[in-house]
Amino acid sequence: MADGGDEPEEAELHEEQKKEIAKWFLSHAPAGEIQYVAKDVKSLLGDDRVYEMAASEAFPVYNKTHLVALEMPDRSGNVIITKFGEIDEDNYLDPRTAQVATVDHVQQVCSNLRPATDEELPSCYIEGFRSALDAELCKYVDDTYPKGTCAVYCTRGKDVEGPGASFEFTVVISAARHSPQNFCNGSWRSIWKVEFKDDLQVVELKGSLQVGAHYFEEGNVQLDSKNECNDSTIFQSPEDSAISIMNMIRQHEMEYLSSLEASYLNLSDATFKDLRRKLPVTRTLFPWQNTLQFSLTKDISKELGIGK
Amino acid sequence: MEAAMDLMRRMPPRESEMALSALLTLLPEQSSDLLSQVDLPLQVIRDLDASKEFILCEYNRDADSYRSPWSNKYHPPLEDGSLPSNELRKLEVEANDIFAIYRDQYYEGGVSSVYMWEDDNQGFVACFLIKKDGSKTGHGRRGYLQEGAWDAIHVIEVGLEEEGTAHYCLTSTVMLSMTTDNKQSGTFNLSGSIRRQMILDLPIADGHLCNMGKMIEEMEGKLRNSLDQVYFGKTREMVCTLRPPAEGVQLGLPPN
Repeated sequence: MADGGDEPEEAELHEEQKKEIAKWFLSHAPAGEIQYVAKDVKSLLGDDRVYEMAASEAFPVYNKTHLVALEMPDRSGNVIITKFGEIDEDNYLDPRTAQVATVDHVQQVCSNLRPATDEELPSCYIEGFRSALDAELCKYVDDTYPKGTCAVYCTRGKDVEGPGASFEFTVVISAARHSPQNFCNGSWRSIWKVEFKDDLQVVELKGSLQVGAHYFEEGNVQLDSKNECNDSTIFQSPEDSAISIMNMIRQHEMEYLSSLEASYLNLSDATFKDLRRKLPVTRTLFPWQNTLQFSLTKDISKELGIGK
Repeated sequence: MEAAMDLMRRMPPRESEMALSALLTLLPEQSSDLLSQVDLPLQVIRDLDASKEFILCEYNRDADSYRSPWSNKYHPPLEDGSLPSNELRKLEVEANDIFAIYRDQYYEGGVSSVYMWEDDNQGFVACFLIKKDGSKTGHGRRGYLQEGAWDAIHVIEVGLEEEGTAHYCLTSTVMLSMTTDNKQSGTFNLSGSIRRQMILDLPIADGHLCNMGKMIEEMEGKLRNSLDQVYFGKTREMVCTLRPPAEGVQLGLPPN
């Protein structure tokens, strides 16, 4: 503005370069803020065609990374956008209602619904284990996450017909809270890989948890935390397996929340001090007045008793 | 410009360098506005003559060289690089020495630099910079942090004196990033930046250095406090909203 640079002398940016920049901004949007970022990016680009190209590439990736949950048009619940339920880029399976939702990534809405085909669903044997786990998971998430959405996907061995073969589920929990009027957004994402090992008669659990929060009233402060954990239990009936799996998940997530709390508590007392103390080592405010009387800093050092 | 600033307060603070360079590419004609409104983590180089480190910023830059506050020389050497007047340089030397003690008392380490230059209205401008690396590999004294950085930029415009008082306008930015990493809790990173202003008319009897120093000390205290209480507090509150802690939540343990 101040430069009055009206002449478009600069070599035109390549469209490709503009698109990559737009994608970079979109993909780095904090939880729940991609639409705001999109609005800014669109106005900065001043080129709707390039913007739309960037958006069509960046939104699907963002929605999947953030495990965005969209309400299904028949109000039967939310479908989570995740690679574990991905049929193709625009279609996602909701295993609980056995429906396939067509989504509009950029608008972040679910536009169409159809019943899943038999090929898209697991066998009866697998579904027994899956739905038992899903039922326990729902109880847990309802109790624990005020805005949580969850699902259990069969990610390996969905056509196994009976005992004798291994299979794998992926449990997804996604809880997001958006309150832009309070300049605050956040999300909790858990992904649990649950391997039913038939040969060893064990169930192995691998979890990755990710929590983010953003507060931006007159500033920009973000929390970004991640953790991984493992556990295992014995292979039991669908119902008993579901209960012991959910006990492990509940335990690990509770421990993770406590460790986050501990990190925060530690912050004020210890961690933050590593960067800057609340008061000087002398525990009194810095004697700026006295500095006037000394032209040589050696004297000040002596005065303050911190000779080097 | 508005959209650009809105983006800057949404992008992860740790990516601010990348975000700014992307904005500069998109808006080359607004580069001076962007550079003055977006603060980036500070860089440090070594003054070989004085064997001391100093901080680089827009205010000690001339062409591609930076003036060291210790030797008053440009690095790399620059013929007829701009210098403050003799009188102002005297104040600058004094400010650097005193500010280094201040910095050591609050930061227990770190690097500081003060730069001064005449402005167009017969006053002058001073820029006080502090960079602290609190990481394990840096000179953090306690070693809690895997990675930790605190950068403070204080720019004070000092206006013409009238009847024994001077007008001080301080704009301060603090940028910080803290990461802890351990097996039990995984990686935990909090990072961000805030900027505030403070305007005061003060008697010059105490001297400019004393006035500026007190303002900076008060401002740093306020910024540290709001980062600690307000900004970290709000993100913590958000975590508890996402998953309220156990009290009040029914533990519904299934009978085995």
